[in-house]
Amino acid sequence: MVKLAYVQLAGCCGCLVSLADTYERLLEILDAVDLVYCQTLMDEREVPSCDVCIVEGAVCLNHEHMVEEVKEIERKADTIVALGACAATGNFMRHSRGNQRGRPTHEAFVPVTEVLDVDYAVPGCPPSPETIETFLVLLLEGKEELLKPFAELAKKTSYCGCDLMEEIINKSMCMGCGTCAANCPARAIEMIDGRPVLNKDRCIKCGACIVSCPRFLWIGDEPIIKAFDVGKVEEGGE
Amino acid sequence: MAEDLRDVMVKGDEEALGPHIGVFTARSTDGRILKVSQDGGIVSAVAIYGLEEGIFDGFVASVADPDDPEEPWKPRPVVITDPDEVLEAAGTKYTYCPNVSALKEAITTKACESIMFVGTPCQVRAVRKLQIVPLGMRHFPEKVKLVMGIICMENFPYEGLRSIVEELCGVWMREVAKFDIGKGKFWVFTKDGDVVSIPIDETHPFEGEPCHVCTDYCAELSDITAGSVGSPDGWSTVIVRTPKGLEILQDMVDKGLLEVKSIEEVKPGLGLVEKLAQVKKNKNAKEIEEREELNLPRPGEVFTKV
Repeated sequence: MVKLAYVQLAGCCGCLVSLADTYERLLEILDAVDLVYCQTLMDEREVPSCDVCIVEGAVCLNHEHMVEEVKEIERKADTIVALGACAATGNFMRHSRGNQRGRPTHEAFVPVTEVLDVDYAVPGCPPSPETIETFLVLLLEGKEELLKPFAELAKKTSYCGCDLMEEIINKSMCMGCGTCAANCPARAIEMIDGRPVLNKDRCIKCGACIVSCPRFLWIGDEPIIKAFDVGKVEEGGE
Repeated sequence: MAEDLRDVMVKGDEEALGPHIGVFTARSTDGRILKVSQDGGIVSAVAIYGLEEGIFDGFVASVADPDDPEEPWKPRPVVITDPDEVLEAAGTKYTYCPNVSALKEAITTKACESIMFVGTPCQVRAVRKLQIVPLGMRHFPEKVKLVMGIICMENFPYEGLRSIVEELCGVWMREVAKFDIGKGKFWVFTKDGDVVSIPIDETHPFEGEPCHVCTDYCAELSDITAGSVGSPDGWSTVIVRTPKGLEILQDMVDKGLLEVKSIEEVKPGLGLVEKLAQVKKNKNAKEIEEREELNLPRPGEVFTKV
């Protein structure tokens, strides 16, 4: 059974909540793994050796213990997953400037993808329960071909709503469908004249807009044809 | 005794049309729909049927106000929950409308649990991707019950459409009653009953460039595709792709809501759909290649370059 560790760094725990929001399917996922570390759910203080380490949250470079924990992950885990935008892209932690009463010296936050050799990244704030479930099932079943997009996304360590402009609209790719606006958790995108217009003050840099764009990343027709029985004549037909 | 669709349908070339169960020609039997629909009123008929039967509780489509003082005919996406309001969305708009963005409103503001979506092939693809990986849309996949696609060669930005209508056709946008593309021409029907047409070739400069990297003519991943191409005036070509789509259409036929014919009995027939699908595929595949020569990414593969 796959030994799974779940490490929480600087974040809000929302990704774990989203994972739990798969309802009874969460139990199936937990049945399929040997959960060896997860401070929210169990009393285990050190990250043990594991096959997969899921990391949620950004790394605070001014937090000595957190930096040590991150180095520990590198030594203990075979496969590292950056779950959620804070771990994958920095997310709203990118806006931190420190000098807050609780921890005035904590100002530098980077995504895990910047400091570790991360195998897979799942952006989104939080990624929806179905996205996390789909990813985990593919991971546990070892479907490397279908995991490729998540592996590619681990290479992109920062996002912003203005990516839509540079990567999609500037490249004459945007057909104005509004997927980006629908996926933005901050309602930072408005569709004007058939194109997304970003309200930069609202953007939390989670990457949900551009990653959900079908022109940025297409998952292939095959998984869709299979999932919805496109072209399938049912028994008794003909 | 109503017809069994499986006896009426034929299979076409899947290379051109995408995977499907069968194709036929149909029109709504409801006079109210036919009065305002683009062709056979299939999308409106399915939406009204589904909302009345309780199969859907929301219909995401686009509505345009021909009398808007600033921007007549500029469509906006809407979530329709009342079957009596479906006909407000009838008819093709020929300009971009961000239908997918309204799915968020359908789920959050209107709390819809079973949605029917209609859109262009690219929008159908966007929705299907979201049904597999709904990155920022919690519990989205199970809430989409039917995805209908419309046959689409290309689209125009709003100002492009306005230029075609006002400058090339010489008709004010606010005077337009209906647009149409067919028989090699772009048609404008005015509120006064005039008909103006120009050769479709003259509209090409106003096409949205992003449409030129799309090789999907028939909304190949939809549950049901509808469009005018291949069928006579007032009828629609219907491509049934999924068992769910077939079940809905068969029930509508059984209830007398659709009049159906074999597409082999009508002109110009399925051959024209296949031909135009192939034209789009070939033309736009070439455009994608030309862009690659400039080191630009293929659509859907931008992420591998960043």
